[in-house]
Amino acid sequence: MALRTEELLLNVGPQHPSTHGVFRIVVKIDGEIIKEATPVMGYLHRGTEKLAENLNYTQIIPYTDRMDYVSAMTNNYVLVSAVEKLMQLEVPERAEFLRVIVMELQRIASHLLWWGTYLLDIGAMSPFLFAFRDREIIIELFNELCGARLTYFYMRVGGVKWDAPDGWIQKVRDFVPYMRERLKLYDDLVSGNEIFLARIKGVGRYDAQTAIDYGLSGANLRCTGVKRDLRKDQPYSVYDRFEFDVPTRTEGDCYARYLLRIEEIKQSLRILEQAVEMFPEGPVMAKVPRVLRPPEGEVYSRVESPRGEIGCYVVSKGKDSPYRLKFRRPSFVNLQILPKLLVGESITNLITILGATDIVVGEVDA
Amino acid sequence: MGELLTRPLTWGSFLTFFLMAVVLLLIILFMVTYAIYAERKILGYMQSRIGPNRTGKFGLLQTPADVLKLLIKEDVIPEKADRPLFKLAPVIAFVPSFVVLATIPYSEHMYFADLDIGVLYYVALSGLTVIGIVLGGWASNNKYALIGGMRSAAQLVSYAIPLVISAVGVVLMSGTMNLRGIVEGQAGWFWNWNFIPQILAFVVFVISAIAELNRTPFDLPEAESELVAGYHVEYSGFRFAFFMLTEYVYMIAMSALITTLFFGGWHAPAPFLEFIPGFIWFLLKFCGVFFFIIWLRGTMPRIRIDQLMSLGWRVLLPLSLGNIFVTAIVMEIVKAING
Amino acid sequence: MTEHKDQEQLQEQQAAASGEAPAAKDTTKPEAAAQGEASAEQPAEKGSAAEAKPAEAPEGGTGAAGRNEGPASSGVKAETSGRQAASGEAPASDGEKPKRLDPAEREARRAAALAARAAAQAAGEAPAGDGEKPKRLDPAEREARRAAALAAKAAAKAAAGGGDEGEGAEPAPKEPSPNQPLLDKIVALIRDQVAPDAVEDQYINEVDSHLPVVVVKNEHWLKTAKLLKQSLKLDYLINLSGVDYETYMEVVYHIESFQTGEKYCLKVRTDRDAPSIASVTPVWSTANWPEREVYDLLGIQFPGHPDLRRILLPDDWAGHPLRKDYEPLDPEV
Repeated sequence: MALRTEELLLNVGPQHPSTHGVFRIVVKIDGEIIKEATPVMGYLHRGTEKLAENLNYTQIIPYTDRMDYVSAMTNNYVLVSAVEKLMQLEVPERAEFLRVIVMELQRIASHLLWWGTYLLDIGAMSPFLFAFRDREIIIELFNELCGARLTYFYMRVGGVKWDAPDGWIQKVRDFVPYMRERLKLYDDLVSGNEIFLARIKGVGRYDAQTAIDYGLSGANLRCTGVKRDLRKDQPYSVYDRFEFDVPTRTEGDCYARYLLRIEEIKQSLRILEQAVEMFPEGPVMAKVPRVLRPPEGEVYSRVESPRGEIGCYVVSKGKDSPYRLKFRRPSFVNLQILPKLLVGESITNLITILGATDIVVGEVDA
Repeated sequence: MGELLTRPLTWGSFLTFFLMAVVLLLIILFMVTYAIYAERKILGYMQSRIGPNRTGKFGLLQTPADVLKLLIKEDVIPEKADRPLFKLAPVIAFVPSFVVLATIPYSEHMYFADLDIGVLYYVALSGLTVIGIVLGGWASNNKYALIGGMRSAAQLVSYAIPLVISAVGVVLMSGTMNLRGIVEGQAGWFWNWNFIPQILAFVVFVISAIAELNRTPFDLPEAESELVAGYHVEYSGFRFAFFMLTEYVYMIAMSALITTLFFGGWHAPAPFLEFIPGFIWFLLKFCGVFFFIIWLRGTMPRIRIDQLMSLGWRVLLPLSLGNIFVTAIVMEIVKAING
Repeated sequence: MTEHKDQEQLQEQQAAASGEAPAAKDTTKPEAAAQGEASAEQPAEKGSAAEAKPAEAPEGGTGAAGRNEGPASSGVKAETSGRQAASGEAPASDGEKPKRLDPAEREARRAAALAARAAAQAAGEAPAGDGEKPKRLDPAEREARRAAALAAKAAAKAAAGGGDEGEGAEPAPKEPSPNQPLLDKIVALIRDQVAPDAVEDQYINEVDSHLPVVVVKNEHWLKTAKLLKQSLKLDYLINLSGVDYETYMEVVYHIESFQTGEKYCLKVRTDRDAPSIASVTPVWSTANWPEREVYDLLGIQFPGHPDLRRILLPDDWAGHPLRKDYEPLDPEV
């Protein structure tokens, strides 16, 4: 006698602990095996691009903070760099260094948050709190720099809003060895754990061809062996002055993505170390007109955010607000491969794979 | 206490039993309350934070306050739920967890039932809880709860087998299934305790026990990050409290059972320490096991369901079976040499 | 610089460029130094780049390829400085050149020489760097070399035929962009393989790092996309955005090749009343959601898309918000 079986339609999200916000996937499951997965998004859509058309350029910057709220500094930068490109502005060196420092700190903070929440997804509770504790240091540094903990509104077209307060650079300098020590602890705690490895090794695997075809970027692309880091390939700001490596792995699975992000923290620490040593004197703001009216034209600016390539396409008609502003959001693009990866996996692996993709729903929905 | 149990049942002795059961229930409730507090505190320190510290001194009243909140919360039953079963499930889950406590000998003279089949009794009754969990998951009419309930059924059934079979090794050595008898067999120095001669059984038993408890790293039925809360996702208020209570009572019971089976129950680690009451020793060992379970939660990620199953059936079951053979053979050899 | 000398130098440089052995380093390095280009490697360069712009004509050329040196050697410091100088240099030379010379030939030759030199340097620099990836031929390096070859060809042609323009290129632009050969190549390819009239417009977007921009006719778009992916190995669709220009709609594709490192911007225009552009999801899987997004926010139809539904807005939303004539249902919100 054959048992009658039925496929079950399971709604994962938008209120689910592991979708990291209000992301939703409708999965068709047979037992616990996924037959089909349909991501549904837009719950956090605020129409940033539409709003931007009625705001002047400086007013748009806080909106970018709220897109990828885990990595607001890189979002700030992608917008201001696009406008600076359009206006052909020279940014003071000190400002560029401050930008690099905050962007790298932000990358570490973002990866830490990812690390903690990913392990929480996997079922380990302690790493989450460890990571948040260390992330707190970075957030306090930002707080001291610009008076905000999450949505910084720090960069401006032509430079940065605030110069580093006294002793701030020293604090960043002290942070580097501290974080290195902590990373060792993290490695001890997690990286060799048998259960953890069994959970993520070989899960969510794809090859370089697929990754490129799906337009993945960041660790999601580098885990397949493609050496792509915009900081190296098309250096922006002053990244060309620092020595750092672009770690890649060839496994293409969640484990590779995990190791890469840990390694990226180490590389960011290297950059920070060099940046604080080379930190120049000078102004932090270029001479820019009070009202920004970039000349007519269009520009696509790309930045390596912690999640991948964040891009900003600006069309200017010479007005003080953009004619069209489009963000290429890495979370949005990276997520596309998800339905393909999920077929045939269990619900548990859904969480493992989704977590390793590292999305921020604010950015997916913009 | 022993002779009370053997007397014929009269109204008087029934009343005594009843009162004692109530007292035990209250003690257990108190212990559960502070077990939760201890877990939160210990986990807190493990995670470099301080845990509850606001309600009462050192946060000691935090859990009572939580319990109070759970009790006076609105009792929400989903509209499409199977109401009788939904209400029954927490009870079915809880009752066995409390009943198994009867067989545990807390010290030489402090026990509630001196059953000759203590081990079997414990395992058989604790197996009933799974019915409550599956029912709860099914009656909630929620897909997450259903998956959680199903996972739970699969897990508890799979792990009950290595649990029992690994305990057989201990039973072989003691020659009895009576828990008091097993403890008495471990008298003397601490190397007489079963966890050394029965090290394989001990490891298998502890792993299976944690799986039976649905604790990290085997907390799949709840699996917060996947199934939101698993089988009790639709439960709230005091019904949820029952599930919670079940979990912690089992934790206490299982720690007590491990202490009894493998750590010599109320015996002191060395004969010259016997002057300290047996109950204290029992408590210390019990706390050690309990701490270990919490410690695991602070360290481990969660295993995946297929890995859980293959671990249970392909690793633990053969190991525990092998352990029986090895124990039997060694015992025969020892007997031959001595005899 | 006489023409003869120029050619000679070119050949020499190319020879050096194609030799991958470390020996190439020996030949190129001193020469580079002789030309005063070694300064590009000094860390302090960037600070002075701004002031030194007009004076450093060769620097601009280095910058063009200097950008591509990035992956080749991890320690290169000159990249950004060169690139900025490149963009900064353009107007400067623009100002002085047209007054005195017959621009087309001269400029073409100069660009060729510069590109070749830069390529040579890139090639020489690769072994000089960390030696990180000695095995794989670096895409950037390859591009640089190829660009040099192309430029050299163009220069030769220009020298031979005076003001003659090769392969249907536009009249020589005011200042030669380092990416002009790329643009010429892609346009020629599209015209040759798709349809002679497939290219509506073409230009170099100077502010955006001299990005070659090609506007492709709507009806030829899908064929062009397939061609680009196959022939030019443009495998990575960076960004897909839609713009409403009030008289027409446009979808902008930023495309890159991981194999050659080339980047292009392609645009397709469509009628505003019934906007429709062939979907490129079959070509680049990554176009799937961005196309849905464009459909959602601008209302452009993408025939051939596997699942064209709204993505960010609710399914029952009225209108397409990013259209310039969009009237919000409740203006207060």
